[in-house]
Amino acid sequence: MKNAKSIAVGAAMLCGVFTASVASAATTLESVKEKGHLQCGVTSGLPGFSQPDDKGNWTGIDVDTCRAVAAAIFGDAKAVEFTPLTAKERFTALQSGEIDMLSRNTTWTLTRDASLGLNFAGVNYYDGQGFLVNKGIGVDDATQLDGATVCIQAGTTTELNLSDYFRAKGMEYKPIVFDTSEQTVQGFASGRCDVLTSDRSQLAALRSKLSDPDSAKILPNTISKEPLGPVVRQGDDQWFNIVKWVLSVQINAEELGVTSANVDDMLKSDNPNIQRLLGTDGDMGAKLGLPADFGAKAIKQVGNYGEMYDRNVGPDTPLGLERGINALWTEGGVMYAPPVR
Amino acid sequence: MKKQTFDSKPAGPKPWYDPRVRAIFFQVVAIALVFWGGWVLIDNTLSNMESRGISTGFGFLDESAGFGIIMSLVPYDATMSYGRTFWVGLTNTLLVSAMGVVTATILGFIIGVARLSSNWLVAKVSLAYIEVIRNIPLLLQIFFWYFAVLSSLPSPRQSVDVGGAFFLNNRGLYVPEPVTQDGFGLVWGGILAAIAAVIGIRIWAKRRQLATGAIFPTFKVGVGILFLVPIMSYFLAGQPLEWDLPALKGFNFGGGISIIPELAALWIALSLYTASFIAEIVRSGILSVSKGQTEASKALGLPNGLTLRLVVIPQAMRVIIPPLTSQYLNLVKNSSLATAIGYPDLVAVFMGTTLNQTGQAVEVVAITMAVYLTISLLISLFMNIYNRAVAIKER
Amino acid sequence: MAESTMKAPKKRIDPVRWARENLFSSWHNTILTLLVGYLIVTSVGPLLNWVLLDANFQGSDPSDCTGAGACWLFINQRLNFFIYGFYPEEFQWRVDIMFGLLALSFAPQFIERFPGRKWLGLFGLTGLPIVGYFLIPGGLFGLEEVQSSKWGGLMLTLILAYIGIIASLPIGTLLALGRRSEMPIIRGLCVVFIEVWRAVPLITVLFMASVMLPLFLPEGMNFEKLARALIGITLWQSAYMAEVIRGGLQAIPRGQYEAASALGLGYWKKMGLIILPQALKLVIPGIVNTFISLFKDTTLVLIIGLFDILGTVQSTVTDPAWQNVAVEGYVFVAFCFWVFCFGISRYSQNLERKLDTGHRT
Repeated sequence: MKNAKSIAVGAAMLCGVFTASVASAATTLESVKEKGHLQCGVTSGLPGFSQPDDKGNWTGIDVDTCRAVAAAIFGDAKAVEFTPLTAKERFTALQSGEIDMLSRNTTWTLTRDASLGLNFAGVNYYDGQGFLVNKGIGVDDATQLDGATVCIQAGTTTELNLSDYFRAKGMEYKPIVFDTSEQTVQGFASGRCDVLTSDRSQLAALRSKLSDPDSAKILPNTISKEPLGPVVRQGDDQWFNIVKWVLSVQINAEELGVTSANVDDMLKSDNPNIQRLLGTDGDMGAKLGLPADFGAKAIKQVGNYGEMYDRNVGPDTPLGLERGINALWTEGGVMYAPPVR
Repeated sequence: MKKQTFDSKPAGPKPWYDPRVRAIFFQVVAIALVFWGGWVLIDNTLSNMESRGISTGFGFLDESAGFGIIMSLVPYDATMSYGRTFWVGLTNTLLVSAMGVVTATILGFIIGVARLSSNWLVAKVSLAYIEVIRNIPLLLQIFFWYFAVLSSLPSPRQSVDVGGAFFLNNRGLYVPEPVTQDGFGLVWGGILAAIAAVIGIRIWAKRRQLATGAIFPTFKVGVGILFLVPIMSYFLAGQPLEWDLPALKGFNFGGGISIIPELAALWIALSLYTASFIAEIVRSGILSVSKGQTEASKALGLPNGLTLRLVVIPQAMRVIIPPLTSQYLNLVKNSSLATAIGYPDLVAVFMGTTLNQTGQAVEVVAITMAVYLTISLLISLFMNIYNRAVAIKER
Repeated sequence: MAESTMKAPKKRIDPVRWARENLFSSWHNTILTLLVGYLIVTSVGPLLNWVLLDANFQGSDPSDCTGAGACWLFINQRLNFFIYGFYPEEFQWRVDIMFGLLALSFAPQFIERFPGRKWLGLFGLTGLPIVGYFLIPGGLFGLEEVQSSKWGGLMLTLILAYIGIIASLPIGTLLALGRRSEMPIIRGLCVVFIEVWRAVPLITVLFMASVMLPLFLPEGMNFEKLARALIGITLWQSAYMAEVIRGGLQAIPRGQYEAASALGLGYWKKMGLIILPQALKLVIPGIVNTFISLFKDTTLVLIIGLFDILGTVQSTVTDPAWQNVAVEGYVFVAFCFWVFCFGISRYSQNLERKLDTGHRT
């Protein structure tokens, strides 16, 4: 029965995809370990947060957040693959399991937490929405923006905040919605819009991308709260805890004065807080399903939160952002991590 | 030697060699495979969605959307529902598709005929147009018109000003909007009366021609009536029309009708691109009409224009219509590239922002695909009906 | 084809007479000629200045673009990125080999009497993908692995279009046979598959493939983003391919089917040995045309975040160091596509003329 055979082969080829029986649901940690790398969703290019260079090497605070998780799991901060995503794609990509964690300057909101099947594992940057305007239009304050054309990136909370803000102030606006931040800047630079709106941390970076940065300025208004942080899927609490606590360990490390430079010395520290942090006393890692020294590895290879901040967005970088509210709680900011204990 | 027996029943083909049995077998297998595949797919999706805590169902369509859209043919503001954003996107898709179909058809016919022109220069320029435009990706052309051409336009305050009524700047093209006043009903009446009169004259002229052979200049008289009667009724009613002129208000122009650059770029690119394909279809359609037809009509003394209009084009249309349909379908599908430049079409608004704000990818994508499927089936249906109407009636 | 009509043997061409016949045959033709001529003269001059005469070719950074014309040195500087994407420089020879093999298998197709032309073509369709499968991603035979996320530029465009067309050929053939089948259910399934895929825009297909496919698959089963885009492109393309091949199947005279059946051939032998070889040969131009449109459509992958050639250009024209190079970038991409598409379409037209032996109704 040659025909039947060929049909069967064809059918098997077409449907072979489905024949893999619904595998026993492996935990995210197991599947990450099996793959040998962490798949992390980032932006397709946003200076300071996640940006590839000519060679495809990624840098940024969001990228470092992923690297720290990889270092905690594998002891190797390089065991990460980055998936560049547009704002539109990001949640679907995370929900569908294409990526293991999303670290893409994503704002923590109730809807996203509750109905998108996502969990926000902390905050790695406290931001707020602002406006970048063309100096030529002679505006000093956001309340003068009635009737303005606004360039904005699709699928962001900024899109909603903008609408709320203008409605509350009884003003009109025209939104021009682009897929990527690059196109948004291109649209603003070509004069399509009077105003570009985004998180304030971005505005400085985007302004530096203009061919004439002096032609634009950032308005003083902040119209929203934008706590940005890494996101994981709901339903895997162990994985949620891992991402949450790697970030917390980094923040705690800054508070305790542990840096990538002194972490090896600190291993000998007799401060019990530091001992727990670095895994020299008590096995905190085991509770998360990680090696005991996961904290030490993450700090050694990526650094504490302060280092991560200074390296990517701090005053000495092109973005030049002061710590502000992102300073530790002990220094007047709101960065406050629960204790490792 | 054994004698052959013929009385026993001839051994029919074994059941698995019987084509009918086989056919049934294969079809049952196919159906089973499809159902099984579908079931596995749906089961996977549902269990994946459940285990990941993704909400399902179409309830989100009634929730408030909360984001603005730059351009809408149906009333919309941010307080309206996600369901409304669907209609906004759909009407915008239909708008740019309809505009594109009209201009691409006109342009395509002109270029297709020009391609066969006896004027060497005109024919070669048309050929160059076709060969250049259709070999460059549409997305690239959209980018070119949007990012490269737009940035060379002036800002609103330095607009290109035509007679204080038309303005062109990097925010779009602004034209005056006619606002009808009281008494405009008379003008509408005049327009309707003119159309009715032209149809009447046409019927009368045809009958007269059949009866007496005398030709009545229907076209010229018709055009005259169509222009004169509405204009007369306009003045009779006391000019009940005012123009809302665009004017610089704040940052942008207000008033009048505006065509936003996103729409313009998409429209231009879709029209130019599709026209290059339509031109080739028109050319091969005209070439398919045998030379004898042209010669016969010339022998009858018909001038060139009438030969084209009465003899060649009606026959060429039979060849042109089917591929033309698929070009229209392509144009509608290609309008989804709007998302790359921020024109709020169905894919950009509904499958973009709405999908992202609600996170219900499966529902939103299913609705979007259903819409395109419906549009495509409708276009095919209308074209089939038309095709049947113009098909050769064999006697 | 109008321009292929045979010329009369050696006629002295009188330019004045030629112009009078072809340019100024009547008063409206004269006006048309003058108008079009004026438009050409006024537009070609500045264009030529911009593209060539005033353009900048030499130099290494943006400040060298001093002339009023195009800044081609921008293309020059980023050419490597436009061709290979993020593919590591030390392994680019692997891509170069593939480019070479591609040219070797298909360039001779344009030359009528090239020895072994058919075998080279066959290699291009079968051997080339296999070689590429091992060479480009690496990871075997001591070749360093290069993640597919690093592929980009022209190379990615070619990979997408090439695999899309090769993979959609067999699927499209099966679908076309199914649509012509006498079994109503099989026919119905194929019709639904073909019509649904043809009705939806490629963007929605790519979006589904890039972010939703994992949602449909069992947990733990996943493909790379590029592979998913390829699955989407292939299924979409095979629906179009099916329609092209169906056209060929319909063009085969009934007698061929009947003769094959009369010889006692079964369905697959009849199709495989008699019908398909004729039908496929008949639709080669059609297949080449769908290839051209697929080739152009691969630019859409930039919307799902893959860096094809347009994607790499689009991402570099925003570089603030180079001011206003958008037009140069777009013109460069347009030129690349144009050269490929125009060349291939010329080839298909040639073939069409050669295959058109006049027995079609």
